[in-house]
Amino acid sequence: MSTPTVYLDHAATTPMVPAAVEAMTAQLLEVGNASSLHASGRRARRVVEESRETIAQALGCRPGEVVFASGGTESDNLALKGVFWSRRAADPRRTRILSTAIEHHAVLDPLAWLAEGAEQAEVELLPVDARGRLDPATLEAAIERDPDTVALVSVMWANNEVGTLQPIDEVVALAGRYDIPVHTDAVQAVGAVPVDFATSGVDALTLTGHKLGGPYGIGALLARRQLDMTALLHGGGQERDVRSGTIDPPAVAGFAAAVELAVKQQADYAVRVAGLRDRLVRGVLAAAPEAVLNGPDPAEPGARLPGIAHFSFPDCEGDSLLMLLDARGIECSTGSACSAGVPQPSHVLLAMGRDDRTARSSLRFSLGHTSTEADVDALVAAIGPSVERARTAHA
Amino acid sequence: MRVIAAMSGGVDSAVAAARAHEAGHEVTGIHLALSRNPASYRSGARGCCTIEDANDARRAADIIGIPFYVWDLSDRFHEDVVEDFMDEYAAGRTPNPCLRCNEKIKFAAVLDRALALGFDAVATGHYAQLRTGSDGLVEMHRATDDAKDQSYVLGVLDQQQLRHSLFPLGDTPKPQVREEAARRGLLVADKPDSHDICFVADGDNAGWLREKLGDRAPNQGGPILDETGAQVGEHEGTYAYTIGQRRGLRLGRPAPDGKPRFVLDIEPVSGTVTVGPRERLSVDRLEGIKPRWCGTVPTLLDGPGVSVQLRAHGREHGAVVRVDESGDGPAVGIDLLEPAEGIAPGQAAVIYDGTRVVGSATISRAHRLVDA
Repeated sequence: MSTPTVYLDHAATTPMVPAAVEAMTAQLLEVGNASSLHASGRRARRVVEESRETIAQALGCRPGEVVFASGGTESDNLALKGVFWSRRAADPRRTRILSTAIEHHAVLDPLAWLAEGAEQAEVELLPVDARGRLDPATLEAAIERDPDTVALVSVMWANNEVGTLQPIDEVVALAGRYDIPVHTDAVQAVGAVPVDFATSGVDALTLTGHKLGGPYGIGALLARRQLDMTALLHGGGQERDVRSGTIDPPAVAGFAAAVELAVKQQADYAVRVAGLRDRLVRGVLAAAPEAVLNGPDPAEPGARLPGIAHFSFPDCEGDSLLMLLDARGIECSTGSACSAGVPQPSHVLLAMGRDDRTARSSLRFSLGHTSTEADVDALVAAIGPSVERARTAHA
Repeated sequence: MRVIAAMSGGVDSAVAAARAHEAGHEVTGIHLALSRNPASYRSGARGCCTIEDANDARRAADIIGIPFYVWDLSDRFHEDVVEDFMDEYAAGRTPNPCLRCNEKIKFAAVLDRALALGFDAVATGHYAQLRTGSDGLVEMHRATDDAKDQSYVLGVLDQQQLRHSLFPLGDTPKPQVREEAARRGLLVADKPDSHDICFVADGDNAGWLREKLGDRAPNQGGPILDETGAQVGEHEGTYAYTIGQRRGLRLGRPAPDGKPRFVLDIEPVSGTVTVGPRERLSVDRLEGIKPRWCGTVPTLLDGPGVSVQLRAHGREHGAVVRVDESGDGPAVGIDLLEPAEGIAPGQAAVIYDGTRVVGSATISRAHRLVDA
């Protein structure tokens, strides 16, 4: 109980930054529905619109392209279903959706639903290489097979488990040949690597507050003005008529403050956190030499997120290791989905060509804005004996 | 001690974990995920296999103030318990999956993992008592609450397993456990007891077996004969029957004497089920295989307190027990002092000396008093 917590799970969620807490709490006692016409309503609306402008400014889009939603999952659902429905309605031949095998479940599961249900989408989850990266040639081949039938391409900006950055520029260029819209889940990327909506050329981009120092329960889909989407939530039509629901001004204000700060500090953050990550990787590999770092070589520029270090520990159960580290106050993740509380082997590792056993032997350590050298050193001190112990348990 | 508390999501295991914690042990709660496709919500009389149960366990751990994890043992459970259950029924026997789970999962797979991870013991909410005997061995005794006693389903544990087990509820009647749960603020205080077999969702064994066995079923139907060999009905698979069963036989014509008939024999190979009058169910001699002993291996048990229990919550039968593990024959011979009825191969005979569990064996054969 007295052990100080060493939090190495920032990719799951990261603490709110003080600026976001301030911006949010400043609104909590205010009244006013942003859709109301009176003075209080106008005041609330002003908070929302100023926040929208702040986010647009920070991420290189127009304010009208910021669609607030409840978070990454909803934004992904809106982009995938909304664009698919709209594009297919415009041309019934467009039944294909191209994505990757390493997407977050907030993308994979809507796609599976579109494929299995009455929607009859043809979803192609493109393979990645051993480092977790999509080869643009794979996408090119998939598009060229029949470009007219592609409704949408969705490729994540950066993978949430191993941290591999995806070739978004190439994806956009390839899809652009046929005017196929591109969506990207950039939940892990904003604030960690440079993200500029207009420059990137994507048509829709998902981000969420709680991964970058903002509050939970708020996120946005940046969606190009020309991009038609069918609504998921019908009601008051608050957000561009594609997303209804009373807007939450305190959350939006906190979200905007966090985005602004994260983008402003991104370059410094990346350098500092990558330094910590390198220290962590060196330390873990020294303490557990048989461990394998997954994903691209950290020395390769622009290949991975600064804050994620994902390892496989041969002959260990990731679950056992997590529990042993947790008992020492060190918090990390197996990086895998556990919808039922039952850990599944990571689909990302499997897609990278690892076997089931290796996938189950993996742990993700993710650093963030509050991480320190002391956090890294505590992990390095604990990992050796924990791996030793977990290996016995697995035997 | 460092203790793993196996928490099903029910009231018993929650109070057991709370007591272990209060006794000063360093307790970590775990919920065993045993189903490959857990349902979201509880239905019927189950109490351990849904996401809702996992959440109940998690909330209990929160309230007790202990760490909590889910351990996925669904593959082991399927292999060791579910497959065995299907094989046994297919072979015309009547297994007890709860014993099997205790032997292979809770006090084997879980205990092994716990010990390897640096824990000293596994605590469960079973109603049984452990004490150290004069010879230094850990003895298992019946719980003080007769109605809740679960020593029968623990009769497969050996000394090594018992040494690393904790049953904090063995000295307490169930109503007190519920009161204590309420007093401790555990939200599961009023949760109904679980019954039946946890993986058979609606309690319909025969229906479950029909679906799961599929082509593995030894037969898909055949005649029901009476003890004279005359056909009196038809069945849809021998696996759906248990010796001593009376209900659901759907016999076309009544017995000549008008009395109820019971399943006497199940022959999976020929696909025959034989029924007959109650008196033919009586057995007085049992043979047992695969013995498990809680402590030292006995040779002859013939004291006044020696008894066997032949099913969960069944009565005690006074008995003389002979053990001979040297040969190829059945290791355990049980002579019942009074005849017993409806004893099916596959069931466990748990052997007691007074309140103490000596061990157990799987019944391989029951000798009838009145033979055909």
